[in-house]
Amino acid sequence: MEYFIQQTINGVTLGSVYGMIAIGYTMVYGIIGMINFSHGDVFMLGTFAALIMFLILTSLVAGMGVAAMLLVMMATAIVMSSLWSWVIERIAYRPLRGSFRLAPLITAIGMSIVLSNFIQVTQGPRNKPIPPMVTKVYDVYGVTISLKQILIVLITIVMMTAFWYVVTKTSLGRAQRATEQDRKMAALLGIDVDRTISITFVMGASLAGVAGAMYLMYYGVATFSDGFIPGVKAFTAAVLGGIGSLPGALLGGLLIGLIESLWSAYFSIDYKDVATFSILAIVLIFKPSGLLGRPEIEKV
Amino acid sequence: MTAAAQPPRIPSDDRLKWALREALFAGLISFGMFVLYVGLETTQNIRNQLVLNQRWGLLAILVAIAVVGRFLIVYFIGPWFAARKAAKAAKTEVPTQSLLRRNIGWIALLALLVFPMAMVWLVGPQKSLKWVDNYGVQILIYVMLAWGLNIVVGLAGLLDLGYVAFYAVGAYSYALLSLYFGLSFWTLLPLAGILAAFWGIILGFPVLRLRGDYLAVVTLAFGEIIRLVLINWTDVTQGTFGVSGVPKASIFGIWSFEVGADNNFAKAFGLRQSSAYYKIFLFYVILAMCAVTAVVTIRLRNMPIGRAWEALREDEIACRSLGINTVTTKLTAFSIGAMFGGFAGAFFAARQGFISPESFTFHESAIILAVVVLGGMGSLFGIAVAAIVMIGGTELLREMHFLKTIFGPDFTPELYRMLIFGLAMVIVMVLKPRGLVSVRNPTAFLHERKAVSSAFTKEGHG
Repeated sequence: MEYFIQQTINGVTLGSVYGMIAIGYTMVYGIIGMINFSHGDVFMLGTFAALIMFLILTSLVAGMGVAAMLLVMMATAIVMSSLWSWVIERIAYRPLRGSFRLAPLITAIGMSIVLSNFIQVTQGPRNKPIPPMVTKVYDVYGVTISLKQILIVLITIVMMTAFWYVVTKTSLGRAQRATEQDRKMAALLGIDVDRTISITFVMGASLAGVAGAMYLMYYGVATFSDGFIPGVKAFTAAVLGGIGSLPGALLGGLLIGLIESLWSAYFSIDYKDVATFSILAIVLIFKPSGLLGRPEIEKV
Repeated sequence: MTAAAQPPRIPSDDRLKWALREALFAGLISFGMFVLYVGLETTQNIRNQLVLNQRWGLLAILVAIAVVGRFLIVYFIGPWFAARKAAKAAKTEVPTQSLLRRNIGWIALLALLVFPMAMVWLVGPQKSLKWVDNYGVQILIYVMLAWGLNIVVGLAGLLDLGYVAFYAVGAYSYALLSLYFGLSFWTLLPLAGILAAFWGIILGFPVLRLRGDYLAVVTLAFGEIIRLVLINWTDVTQGTFGVSGVPKASIFGIWSFEVGADNNFAKAFGLRQSSAYYKIFLFYVILAMCAVTAVVTIRLRNMPIGRAWEALREDEIACRSLGINTVTTKLTAFSIGAMFGGFAGAFFAARQGFISPESFTFHESAIILAVVVLGGMGSLFGIAVAAIVMIGGTELLREMHFLKTIFGPDFTPELYRMLIFGLAMVIVMVLKPRGLVSVRNPTAFLHERKAVSSAFTKEGHG
């Protein structure tokens, strides 16, 4: 039983990270109906921004507190991934808006190749390990919970709440939802559609940046190819939860995290990704709109 | 940051001011983008700790490139593009195709037929290896894969992001069956195709109900599942170590290319031992396979099943109400596309002599799909051109030794291969969203056969 709870905690931690990345996929898909393939690599840029900021802080500023350091790292990651995502949207997606559906998908794949190779060229292909930042571990009735796991879950909750507030309560969120429902009508009603879409990209990317900083804190290592697997899994999570639905993305992320850690705990660690993808396929075959998504109505 | 962002008709002195402002803005943005990633480099020191290395000069160069580039785009290239576009729109008559353009396919085929011989004649057998193998064979493999995927994506409009799975099935079918059962290439080539087609049906069947992007995700997942199984099923596939010593193909069992064999090709003809013969033979094999793919695609387009595919791409609901069985239509598209992937896979295994799951990543699927879309979906000629430009172009980077004299001796152009590939994908797509060849020949027409803009064809919703 302790083992099960232990694995559940690990799964929830992992799932929070996936869920945060998944929000970016689901929002962009919701608003312009496009799979933003470069989002996983924007997350990777976030981990690298946090890594470089960590090195700057440890080498230049002596004796800085861990909490302050984490905050600065997270802020850097947010700024960098937002900036990159904004630029990518401007140069690679906006000119193709209104073009046919596969065109932005191809530029997104192209951008994903560009980003991972850019980091490989500029930062080198090797793994970049950093010394552990948060080492405190609690023991609760035989179950060990590390402080960094608690931090990740807490930060996820805070970010999600802030996010939920922006999307449901502010005029910006209303503009986003209007654009999502009918872009032309929203434009007629005075919403700056291009700006709203840009902001959506930036919001998704800032969550990916936070996820990147936390990923670095949790695993303590960054690589240029880190964007692909978490990216695909987060996308899987978004689809599993019902693409376009924000609670769905978080739920999907948690489910993927749980499946992954429980499968590797009880069955085989080699086939954990196979299990994730198989469950995705099964869910989609029987419930194509995902767990919380609205079913798509086919019109003639 | 393209011409699209430019407001129309600005007086020229204002335009200069505007261009300068844009350039300054681009400089600021690029400084922000690159300051951490380019300005600082993380390297490991002797004690294996990460340290930062400063590269402000490189950062300054990149920012300068961004500023100058943006200025040139806004001030010169943007207006030029707009003027050209206006001139093109003003022109009404449709240009008649010249003799050269109408027969370009035959000319290309002829050029390909003499290509290996010409190379041997020009640079000698040993040096021709590189050109025939790295350029000729490799590009033709991508042409074949892209033409196979074109059936699924371009004709039937089903977005498949896991096409590499069928390529892997074909490659592993040939490698494992020939190693374990000693069957020859020519027996296994059709078998690999059949197995891949069979997998196409297995994977296609459950996903038939899915549409559009959901289909894309599930095919991506299947592609990853196949790769992960290949990695983890170590008893059969030897996992990440890969399968080595895959037998070479022979000339229909009459002459062999294995060095020790009695019926060795070079020995039989009294020639000097060289691997060039095998590569030239492979070139003609893949050329023939490509030709078969092209002929089959062209013929299928004119058959009821091909027309059903295109109808499915245009409108699925109309298709169903006209009595077209969408299940069989989709499955045939999936399995025929997969079959060509399987053929190409078997060929790939015979050519490499070594295969590992590394060769069948999502990256590969993305490259194949990119070639299909960049070429202009549905256009065989465009796809071939895209394969030559994208694969051959990035391969050419390996040749650019003169860059070493500019950037210093430790500059390795190979490193930038994929980076430039990705950038090229983005730039080509932004400039020509409908692909390099954006003209289609409809299979059914009312009075006369004439090409239409591909803007009239739909891309399907899966």
